[in-house]
Amino acid sequence: MSQSELLVSTRSTQPWWRSRTVRRFARHRLAMFGLVTIIILVLACIFGPFLLPFDDLYIDLRGRFSPPFTGYHFFGTDPLGRDIAARLLMAGRVSLLVGFAAMLLSTVFGTVLGIVAGFFGGRIGTVLMRFVDAMLSFPNIFLLLAMAAFIKPSPIMITLIIAATSWMEIARIVEAEVRSLRERDFVVAARMLGLSNSHIMFRELLPNAIGPIIVAATLTVARAILLEAYVSFLGYGIQPPLPSWGNMLNGAQQYLDSAPWLAIVPGAAITLAVTSFNFIGDGLRDALDARSDML
Amino acid sequence: MFRYLLGRFWQSLVLLLLVSVIGFAVLNLAPGGPLSQFTLTPGMTQADLDRIATQMGLNRPLPVQYLDWLGHLLRGDWGRSFRDGRPVLDIIWEHLLATLLLMGVSTAIAIFVGTCIGVLGALKRYSIFDYAATVGAMVALSIPTFWFGLIAIYIFSLRLRWLPAGNMYTIGHGSLGDYAIHLIMPSIVLALVNIAVWSRYMRTATLDVINQDFVRTARAKGLRPRRVLIRHILGNALLPMITLLGLQLPTILGGALVTETVFTWPGMGRLFLDSLGYSDYPVVMGLLMMSAVLVLVGNLAADLTVAFVDPRIRLS
Repeated sequence: MSQSELLVSTRSTQPWWRSRTVRRFARHRLAMFGLVTIIILVLACIFGPFLLPFDDLYIDLRGRFSPPFTGYHFFGTDPLGRDIAARLLMAGRVSLLVGFAAMLLSTVFGTVLGIVAGFFGGRIGTVLMRFVDAMLSFPNIFLLLAMAAFIKPSPIMITLIIAATSWMEIARIVEAEVRSLRERDFVVAARMLGLSNSHIMFRELLPNAIGPIIVAATLTVARAILLEAYVSFLGYGIQPPLPSWGNMLNGAQQYLDSAPWLAIVPGAAITLAVTSFNFIGDGLRDALDARSDML
Repeated sequence: MFRYLLGRFWQSLVLLLLVSVIGFAVLNLAPGGPLSQFTLTPGMTQADLDRIATQMGLNRPLPVQYLDWLGHLLRGDWGRSFRDGRPVLDIIWEHLLATLLLMGVSTAIAIFVGTCIGVLGALKRYSIFDYAATVGAMVALSIPTFWFGLIAIYIFSLRLRWLPAGNMYTIGHGSLGDYAIHLIMPSIVLALVNIAVWSRYMRTATLDVINQDFVRTARAKGLRPRRVLIRHILGNALLPMITLLGLQLPTILGGALVTETVFTWPGMGRLFLDSLGYSDYPVVMGLLMMSAVLVLVGNLAADLTVAFVDPRIRLS
């Protein structure tokens, strides 16, 4: 058998959806629960607003503070008489989009920085990782709020600053992974072949570190959604009238006694979405970890 | 040992310097920079702005400004509040104790409950309890702290009327019991996330220790299970937890900010938000720096504690 045939024969002939990883993921009950929940949430947020009889911005001052399940208002109305179900779905678009976008940005940045730091090591690696340590010394919320105070809060800027404060963990994970891969035979071989540094970093090392990156990225979505909720709840995130799950809770505390649903409904949505992403991340970790095969 | 301590101190110092660079960057590289507060004042002309910039030394090169700022910081001159003109450091000191009290009590709760859940989960691995604790921890990690706080207030102070909904003490009352009653809800709310984290790590740490030879030896020589659990298992499993406590500090401090807002607790987090509301940037920057300093000092303290407690490090 020639060498090329040998290489081909070690390739799995199965389609990807029947691979061991996917099957392991599908067996993870919590992860499947999370995946189904997220799919339902995303579909509801995309198509829901077209199906509801209410607009999320329509103000009906005579219908203020309707409790849930009264009339046509499934989740009741807010202090301006706006339908909470409609706002919840529109807010879901914003919150999920901000979460995904912040995850993409921070994953790309964290991964590139981690690969560079891990691959070059030495002084470059030390400086970069010390920078990561320094960023991690600030409590996330403090940094986020301090930045939010200086900028004009638009969804794009909020996404940017959330990404700017949540790339560090991915950088750490990738750096550690790359550092452990750096001296492996395939990298040494690539070096001896004279491949460029960027080829080795992004074509050889990156694909081999992809598992932990995917897991970390999933958990970053969860954290980004939470962070958006925190800043918006505190009034420095997404600004009304554009709804987000966080800013729907913004005024809820003063009506807690008379209209508790104002607080309960959006908070439950946040918890559900974040829990689901955490479950998916956990399932991916188990599925992608080859060592769990031996158990 | 001495070299370890020295190295650790040196590391913290370098980190502190980097932290100050980041803090300075946040302050200055934001659009508008330190002048942004004046641009909105009615009747402000470009000439006025230039004059203020000269007065504040903003037309000097950035590295010079940074060194000047750092020098003042190190000498304890953290600027003055825009709101009442008092020194920033004084204002922060006044609010620090309340935050440390909340964090301390909450962390104590989290450590106790988290340790119990983690060890039980490890001893009864794959039981219903272990499974419930795993799922519960993941849900607890996903609940927004402020929402959990709101729900707690709704149930325990608005409906059941057992606990006060906020503040640190009843005005004009202020006995020790009164403080304690006000402390219950915020500290438990803040503890939730840390109970989740702590129990997860404690479970792993216990599982690591439980199968080691010295535990088997201790059992084999007939020690009572309780003694084995406390001396051999807990003693060793808790060691890495000290480091974890240091690493968790940013999360706890960030959680304290949110908790303080919901419960109108007069600590650093509440001060931070109030100052944001008044665009009181010197206080905001001071708190940002102070939070990072607290985290760094906490991490250093955790590492030093481990070094003193763990003979493997102490004797090396």
